[in-house]
Amino acid sequence: MNEIKNDAKTNYKWVGKRTRRPDGPDKVTGRARYGDDMVMAGMLFGKVLRSPHAHAKILSIDTSKAEALKGVKAVVTHKDIPEHAPLQPPYGPVIADLHDISRNVMARDKVLYDGHPVAAVAATSERIARQALKLIEVEYEVLPHVLDPLEAAQPDAPVLHEDQFTHGIEPAPEKPSNVFRVVSSERGDLDKGFAEADVIVEREFRTQPVHQGYIEPQALIASASEDGAVELWTTTQGHFVIRAFCARVLKMDMATIRVTASEIGGGFGGKNNVYAEPVAIRLSQKTGRPVRMVMTRDEVFRGTGPASGTYSHIRMGAKKDGTIVAVEAEIYNQAGAFKGSPVGRSLDSFISSYTVENVRATAYDVCVNRPKVAAYRAPGAPMATLPAELAINELAEKLGMDPIDMRIKNAVGDGGQSLNGVKYGHIGLMEVLERAKNHDHYKAPLGANQGRGFALGYWMHGGGLSSVVANLLDDGTVAIATGNPDIGGSRSSMRAMAAEELGVDLETIKPIVADTGSMGYSHLTAGSRTTFATGMAVINSVQEIIEKLRALAAKKWDIPVDEVTWEAGQAVTQRDGIEALTLKQLAGMATKMGGAIAGHSEINAGGAGAAFCAQIVDVEVDPETGFVAPKRYTVIQDVGRAVSPDYVEGQMQGGAVQGIGWALNEEYIYDDKGRLQNTGFLDYRMPVASDLPMIDTVIVEVPNPNHPYGVRGVGEPPLVPAPAAVASAVENAAGIKAASLPLSPPKVLDAMERAHGEG
Amino acid sequence: MSKHLVTATINGDEVDFTCHADQTLLEVLRENLLMTGTKNGCGSGDCGACTVILDGRAINACLVLGAEVDGAEIETIEGMSKGNELHPLQQKFLDHAALQCGICTPGILNTAKALLEKNPNPTETEVRFGLAGNLCRCTGYDKIVRAVMDAAAEMRANQS
Repeated sequence: MNEIKNDAKTNYKWVGKRTRRPDGPDKVTGRARYGDDMVMAGMLFGKVLRSPHAHAKILSIDTSKAEALKGVKAVVTHKDIPEHAPLQPPYGPVIADLHDISRNVMARDKVLYDGHPVAAVAATSERIARQALKLIEVEYEVLPHVLDPLEAAQPDAPVLHEDQFTHGIEPAPEKPSNVFRVVSSERGDLDKGFAEADVIVEREFRTQPVHQGYIEPQALIASASEDGAVELWTTTQGHFVIRAFCARVLKMDMATIRVTASEIGGGFGGKNNVYAEPVAIRLSQKTGRPVRMVMTRDEVFRGTGPASGTYSHIRMGAKKDGTIVAVEAEIYNQAGAFKGSPVGRSLDSFISSYTVENVRATAYDVCVNRPKVAAYRAPGAPMATLPAELAINELAEKLGMDPIDMRIKNAVGDGGQSLNGVKYGHIGLMEVLERAKNHDHYKAPLGANQGRGFALGYWMHGGGLSSVVANLLDDGTVAIATGNPDIGGSRSSMRAMAAEELGVDLETIKPIVADTGSMGYSHLTAGSRTTFATGMAVINSVQEIIEKLRALAAKKWDIPVDEVTWEAGQAVTQRDGIEALTLKQLAGMATKMGGAIAGHSEINAGGAGAAFCAQIVDVEVDPETGFVAPKRYTVIQDVGRAVSPDYVEGQMQGGAVQGIGWALNEEYIYDDKGRLQNTGFLDYRMPVASDLPMIDTVIVEVPNPNHPYGVRGVGEPPLVPAPAAVASAVENAAGIKAASLPLSPPKVLDAMERAHGEG
Repeated sequence: MSKHLVTATINGDEVDFTCHADQTLLEVLRENLLMTGTKNGCGSGDCGACTVILDGRAINACLVLGAEVDGAEIETIEGMSKGNELHPLQQKFLDHAALQCGICTPGILNTAKALLEKNPNPTETEVRFGLAGNLCRCTGYDKIVRAVMDAAAEMRANQS
C-alpha cells in the first residue's frame, strides 16, 4: 500500500521543483525521433485512396491498373481486412466495436464520409504510390448525406447504418436511426424545482466539431516478417492499445505484434486510435517489406478526429438568493460516421460542480457523414459545460449577483457527487473559487469595448492500467521504463517521483518509454492519468528496489532486515559501528550477492478524483468588424500536487488556448455535397502567437488523498470551461447573447447589429 | 525523369545532392539527406514546423524547391548548437519549459534565431508577430514568448 504523504510532508527535494526535462536536449536539437523520422532498409511507401463522397455505396473497386504500375508492390482493399460481427449490448460508456473500427480503417460496403479510406497501395516511392491511387477505379452510387446532428436525428434523415436501432428508448424502435443511443440522468423533481424558481433562463447552443490540431500528422512504419512477427513504429498515445486493436482487427495473436511508440508530436486524444496501422501491416505482410505511411495534413483533417459538434438546449431556474433549483438539459453529440461520441461525459459535465436538487439531462449519440469523432481533451465536457455556464452567468446577471458568488452558493463539497453519480472525495472546488474571486484580474478595470467572462469546469480524471519496470544498474543508476508515451513532459515527473522515493539526485534516474514487448499492459496516455497512475507504478517499482536493497544490506551486515531502514538514498541501521551503505555501493554488491535488482509494478489505479478549473478572461470586441481579441486570461486549477510545475502550467495554458480557438476561430466548412473544404491550417484557423496575451496560471494544490504525492491530474480540465469563459466575455463585451461557436467576426457583428439595431 | 545536381552549404558544410524538379527543400532535407530535425507539419507553408534559415532568412522548407538552393547557405536545427554547447535560445527553451511535445520546437527556434539577428531587442508584441507563422498546439505560446525574450536579453548581455 502507498503511504499517504499529503499532510505529513510537503518539503520535497524533487517533487514540485522546476527542473530541465530529461528529453529536452534531444527536442531542441532535432535529435528526437517522431513518427516520420524513422527509416527501415528496403521500406516501401504506403498511400491511402479516400472517398470523394460524403455518403455512397461502393459498387466495385478495380485495382488491376494500379497493380500493373511499375514500382507498385501491393494494393489492399476491404477484402484484405477481416469481417467482424457488430458489438452487442449491453454497451459500456466507451464503445470499441471492431465491426466499426475495421470499417473505419477501410470502407467495406459504403463510404460514410469525405476522406473514408477505400484502398491503399505500397510502392517503391511516394510518387509512384500517389500515381497508383489515381489508377484505382471505384464505382460509387452516391447517396443523400447529413452533417448536422439535429437533422440526422429526424425520422426522414438519410440513414448511415441500416442495422442501427436507437438504444435507450421505449418501446424499442422498428426503424433504423442515426441515433445510436439516448442516455439520461435524473434526480429530484424537475416540475417542483421550476415551480420554486424565481428566475428561469433558457439557452440553445450549437458548437462546431473541432480538430485536436496536433502539429505532427499520423506516421508509422510496419514491418512483417516471414514467420508472422510484426514490428510497428508509430506515433500514438498508447502503443499497447494500438497493439490490441491491430491484433483484433486483423485477427492476429497479440504477442506477434511489437509496437514501439515514437516521440509524439501532440495528440490531445486524437492519437488514441488506429487508422493506417492495420492497413500498413497488411501491406507489409503482402510485400514482405517494411511499409511507411504518413498522412498529409489534408488527410489528417478529412480522416481523423475531431471532437463532436453539438446542438444543446438548457433551461435553468434559480431562487432569488441564487440557489439553482432546476436544470433541464439536452445535447445532441455528433458521433461522425460511427457510433461512440462521449455522451456520458457530456451528461456528467452539465452541472456536476453544483448541488442542484432537480435535474434531468439527456444526451443523444448521433451518426452523421463526417469522420468518426475521437477523444479531444476532456471529451464531451467543453460543449456541455458551455450552455450550462452561460446560463448560470445569465441567472447571476438577472439576480444581480456576482457570478463567482453564485457558484460559491451552489458549489458541491467534499463527499458530493457528479450528475452521473461519481462520488467525490476530498476536492478543491471552494479553494479554486475563492482564489478566482480574490485574484486581481477579477477586480481589474476594463477598457472600452472590453468584457470579462468567467466559467467553471469540472472533470473526473482517469486512473487505470499502468505498468513500470525499474532496473537498478550496477553503477547505481536506475533505468525507469514506463509504457506511456510522453506527450507533455511526463518523463520529468516520473524521474522526480523516482528520485524522491529513492532519495537520490535526478541524474541517477533515467526514464524511458519502452515498447510493448518489454513490459506489462499500459493504457493510453490520456484522461490526465499518466502522472497519477503511471506515477504510482513508478513509486511502487522503486519501493520494490528499496525493499530488496534493505534485504541486501541486512544480509551484508548479517542483521535482521527490520533493523535496516532506507533514508536519503542509503541503507542505515541503528546498530553501533555499522556505516550506512549508499545506493551505489549496494548496486555494486548486488550482482555478486544474489543477482541484479529490479522492481516492477502492474496496477489498475483508482481514485484519481475530481478536479475543478476556473477561468477569467477579458476580450475586446472591435465594433466595426466583430473581431474578438483576448486581452487577459487567468486559469485557476486544483491539480492536487504539481510534480513538475512548469509542465503543469504549460498544460493549463495550452488547454485554455485550445479553448480560445474553439470559441473564436475553429470550424469545419463543408460544401453542399458534404465535402470538407478547409483541410489545412490556413483555413482551419488555430490560435497563433500574435492572437494571444500571456496566460496567467494559479496552481491550487488540494492534495488527492489517493495518491502518495497528492496528484490529481492536470491535462484536461483547462479546456473544459475555456469556450464558456471566452463566449461569456464576448457576450459582455459586445452586449449580445451567443448562440453558436465559433464566435467569428461576421457572427459577432451580426449579433451586435441585431442586439443594438442597425444604427 | 532526370534529376538536378545541387550544391549547397548546410550548417557550414558543403553538401551535394540530386533531386527531382518538384521535390521541396523539406523533402530533400528529410528524405535525401536524412536530416529529420526539420519537421513536416502541413506541407503548405501554414504551420512553420519546417522553418530553416536560407541565406539569413527564416523560410518554410516546404515552400522552396530543392533545385532552388544551389549555391545557398542553409541553417537547420542540426547546426544550431556548437558541438555540445547549446545556443542561448535552446538553453532558454529548456529553462522556461517552452516545449511540451516538441514537434514545433526546431521551426520555432529557427524563426526566433532569424528574428533576433534582425531585431536583438524585440518587444513582446514583436516576438508574437515574429512567431505568428509557427503553430504550437501544446503551450499556448506563453512560455515560448518568455524564452525568446529571455534569450534575447542574454544574447544582448553577452555581446556588450
